[in-house]
Amino acid sequence: MSTDHYTLSSGEIHREPLSAGTRAPEFTLPTTPDQTVSLSDFHGQPVVLAFYPADWSPTCGDQLSLYNQLLPEFQAHGAQLLGVSVDGVWCHRAFEEDRNIHFPLLADFEPKGAIAKAYGVYRDDVGTSERALFVIDAGGIIQWSYVSPVGINPGADGILRELEALSTTVELEEGR
Amino acid sequence: MSGDPTRSAVSQLVVPVTEDDHQQGPDDAPVTLVEYGDYQCSYCGQAYPLIKDVQEQFGDDLRFVFRNFPLTSIHEYAQHAAEAAEAAGGQGEEEFWSMHDLLYENQDALDDESLITYAEQLGLDPERFRSDFASHAFEDRIHEQFVGGARSGVNGTPTFYINGERYDGSWSPSPLSTAIQRVLSSSR
Repeated sequence: MSTDHYTLSSGEIHREPLSAGTRAPEFTLPTTPDQTVSLSDFHGQPVVLAFYPADWSPTCGDQLSLYNQLLPEFQAHGAQLLGVSVDGVWCHRAFEEDRNIHFPLLADFEPKGAIAKAYGVYRDDVGTSERALFVIDAGGIIQWSYVSPVGINPGADGILRELEALSTTVELEEGR
Repeated sequence: MSGDPTRSAVSQLVVPVTEDDHQQGPDDAPVTLVEYGDYQCSYCGQAYPLIKDVQEQFGDDLRFVFRNFPLTSIHEYAQHAAEAAEAAGGQGEEEFWSMHDLLYENQDALDDESLITYAEQLGLDPERFRSDFASHAFEDRIHEQFVGGARSGVNGTPTFYINGERYDGSWSPSPLSTAIQRVLSSSR
């Protein structure tokens, strides 16, 4: 994969999660029945990409509800949070309404899991993505990635730590 | 910044326990168990008697600290319940724990009216309680605890830390007490 291209060539598949220093593969995915979101829409600001296996997690205080409540903290760092699963847009809409989710959930639905595969976090055996986090800097480079053990909600400590580090770097650069 | 994608070490408590915390048990206990909890969360409700059990089991070897982590987007009463507990805490440490216990014993009735009734039941200064409760006097404290918890890797409620390390095991009594025992043994 060339380091400067910004579109996902069809069928690009990574078996291992993309690591820090890699350019984040571009994508355009539906977020509602009539809207799409592209990674490049957020060029110039950090992006937190949260892959999760499925809507309707039965746990109390699940990962997405937690992130939803932490949106002001992410926004304080100028970051945009995007959730991604293989569920379709109607499923996302019902889930968002039920849980009062206020950030975009993207449907990696057709071709199924293509973006999860591009980021190296697709699980062939179960047909969903891993529970994986990517913090992408304002220039589109992955600064941190993390794959949570199956069944363990990763929380937000890693994300907040990376966003703090990115903010510090920006301040240092601006201070020069 | 980290290099390879990590399946990183266990999350650590980044906000140390201080005298500002609500705590039961001695300051110098060899093991400190910190809970980030939500008064409306049914899992926290299930954990509540189990914590009492481990407190009884370990006695003065265990210090228990409770911090707020109200998941307000899914639990409509959690925030006010936390504010009620903190408002009680404003009147004394014992008052805090009495309210904490009462809330977990009455998770099906956490509306404002019930919260005020509990304050009366506990013999709190009613005017002070109402005023602190109405003015959201403890909102900032609760928010700080929530953010501190998130930065420490709280990933749902309840989340426990044993001597600063997130406990990812089951919080049924025997695994939790085994984990506490292990830390206790290694501290001696």
